[in-house]
Amino acid sequence: MNTEILGVITVFLLTIVLAIPVGKYIAKVYKGDKTLLDPIFNPIERLIFKISGINDKEEMNWKQHLKALLSVNLGWFILCFFVLLFQGSLPLNPDGNPSMSADLAFNTAISFVVNCNLQHYSGESGLSYLGQLMLMFLQFVSAGVGMAAAAMVFNAMKERTTEHLGNFYNYFIKSCTRILLPLSAIVAVVLIFSGTPMTFEGKDSITTLQGDTVEVSRGPAAAFIGIKHIGTNGGGFFGVNSAHPFENPTYFTNAVELWAQLIIPFAMIFALGFYLKKRKFSYVVFGVMTIGFLLLVIPTISSELNGNPAIERMGITQTTGAMEGKEVRFGPAISGFWSIATTVISTGSVNSMHDSSMPMSGAMQLLAMMVNAFYGGCGVGWLNFYIFIILAVFISGLMVGRTPEFLGKKIEAREVKIAAFIAILHPLLILSGTALASYFAANDTPMGYWFNGNATSWLNNPSNHGFSEMLYEFTSSAANNGSGFEGLGDNNPFWNITTGIVLLLGRFLPIIGPLAIAGLLANKKYIPESAGTLKTDTTIFGIMVFAVIAIIAALSFFPALALGPLAEYFTIK
Amino acid sequence: MKNTIAIIKFTALIVILFAVIYPLAMLGIAQLAPNKGKGETISVNGKVVGYQKIGQKFDKANYFWGRPSAVDYNAAGSGGSNKGASNEDYLAQVQKRIDTFLLVHPYLKKADIPSDMVTASGSGLDPNISPQGALIQVKRVAEARKLPEEKVKALVEKMTNKPTVMGTETVNVLELNIALD
Repeated sequence: MNTEILGVITVFLLTIVLAIPVGKYIAKVYKGDKTLLDPIFNPIERLIFKISGINDKEEMNWKQHLKALLSVNLGWFILCFFVLLFQGSLPLNPDGNPSMSADLAFNTAISFVVNCNLQHYSGESGLSYLGQLMLMFLQFVSAGVGMAAAAMVFNAMKERTTEHLGNFYNYFIKSCTRILLPLSAIVAVVLIFSGTPMTFEGKDSITTLQGDTVEVSRGPAAAFIGIKHIGTNGGGFFGVNSAHPFENPTYFTNAVELWAQLIIPFAMIFALGFYLKKRKFSYVVFGVMTIGFLLLVIPTISSELNGNPAIERMGITQTTGAMEGKEVRFGPAISGFWSIATTVISTGSVNSMHDSSMPMSGAMQLLAMMVNAFYGGCGVGWLNFYIFIILAVFISGLMVGRTPEFLGKKIEAREVKIAAFIAILHPLLILSGTALASYFAANDTPMGYWFNGNATSWLNNPSNHGFSEMLYEFTSSAANNGSGFEGLGDNNPFWNITTGIVLLLGRFLPIIGPLAIAGLLANKKYIPESAGTLKTDTTIFGIMVFAVIAIIAALSFFPALALGPLAEYFTIK
Repeated sequence: MKNTIAIIKFTALIVILFAVIYPLAMLGIAQLAPNKGKGETISVNGKVVGYQKIGQKFDKANYFWGRPSAVDYNAAGSGGSNKGASNEDYLAQVQKRIDTFLLVHPYLKKADIPSDMVTASGSGLDPNISPQGALIQVKRVAEARKLPEEKVKALVEKMTNKPTVMGTETVNVLELNIALD
């Protein structure tokens, strides 16, 4: 048990230490400074832009950024939707897996375009290798889009007045080739030599030691899993994601995959400090996020180590903790840690089945996605936090009776309206989706086209836990997370279409909002710091931001949490 | 229109970079890995009996058994039970597993059984059990094979992977059973 806790602490600290140089590197990339990989990628990028006729040097304002961002996303969605719809008859399908139904292809294409990777299929039987490769493509570009949007916001926070905020295509391609691609390749190589398959051969048929015949799924998994974590995507190659012994073969690969999903979200915060030369500000932000993260992690690990009280009562020893849905090679401590890392960040990959987590852990996982601003996904984590900063600046400005200013720019009605709208959108999407699904489940409504049978049969567990399954699915969609209480029967038109819509709104509005605010602020007159300025790089301001986050999350989500995991916690305690 | 064509061209080119060149490069590196990246297999007398990382079903008395699996060790369709901790049906199932386990291991007390032997793994393909999970099966396996108990116990201890600094203690069931044969 001690070696397990030591494992958690080591991974966490090592990631923080490494995030600082990576952050410095990211800041250099976005500043346009010379970096190590320039000789390889500069010519490739020049070629790409020359052939496609895109000018990557042209300065864009925030609206042009947004237009470019949305139009490339639309193109990618259409491409992948059709590949998934016809994958059964396209090449690279050695296992003969079928094409997707229209509603599943819709959900899957959206969910990978928006960096969520909610998977209503199982990798082994639901995708051809071509489908897997297209989704891997989306894992790169969706992470690149998030980072490009964050880079524009970084640029807009500089101390000057301007409309010109860099070029979207430049930020995007640099994010992909200088940051995501090399890091993914490193992770993929580690996995290849640790036992993860990287082959285009199909299923293998073997006779086991005691004489049964078994088919074993394989595929080009290592390359896929590299970007799956580096890009905080989280979509698994195999059905059970990183719990699969091929997808995550050892304790060591588990540590590497954890590092891989945490590194860019951590490093982006430090990158902000290096980019703006406001290191102290980035430490305050990182501190707030870390405190929030630890408050979620500690109860989770402790309840997983203690095991299931209901099984304890049967007289079973749980020296190895709660093991339902977990793998022996990881154990409960790092599985619990992973479950929170993957939910605060929008990865959504799992190395244990969250549906079988202890109720308290389930509550923490949900809360992590409801807050969605502690570290957060590639780039977008920073955008979500930015919204809370704007709100905190505004509220503290009102409290002390000063004009709210953030980094020398006045925050006025328009910005606050946008920020408030985005902050309210998240609970609105989650709670209205859950309310709709619960209404059907409570009345056991026959669903017709939308679901094969009555609504209660999409639940895998009764009572409070069943409610948590529905709440989790919508929370995961709105937070663009992608993990699930996977017992839920979600591959049907009802869940595919409703979550598909939530995914779209939950991705693009929280990108549009911060981009708009940052663009509007950048265009305002710069007011140099004076004695009357509210300082944003202080502990007091950090506490203020934390309070704003806690109040918004607690007020909007406490009732739902009370009905689901908290009620379950008190039932089995 | 000009914009649309630009986006199509741009998409095509980055598809080549990320979904063709990158996986092919990794495929090239995989040729240097054990079994050329097709997954490490274990052979007995030149015949492949399994993948080192993938758990397989053992239910005969002369073998050590792995953990319960929600998908019956189907390596082409991994899955967990996804049962919630408070689910009555699930708890009844665990109780039944305990009773069955005690029935075939009549020498055990309930408190000897570690939780990993009566709960389903996350993947349904967990290749490992805890050392305690193996030790409680020693007597049954030794009787079925007519081997001295100490010898089987020593084998389990030899096959236990102990972490040096971080990690959990594991026993790979397939490797243990092969060593037994």
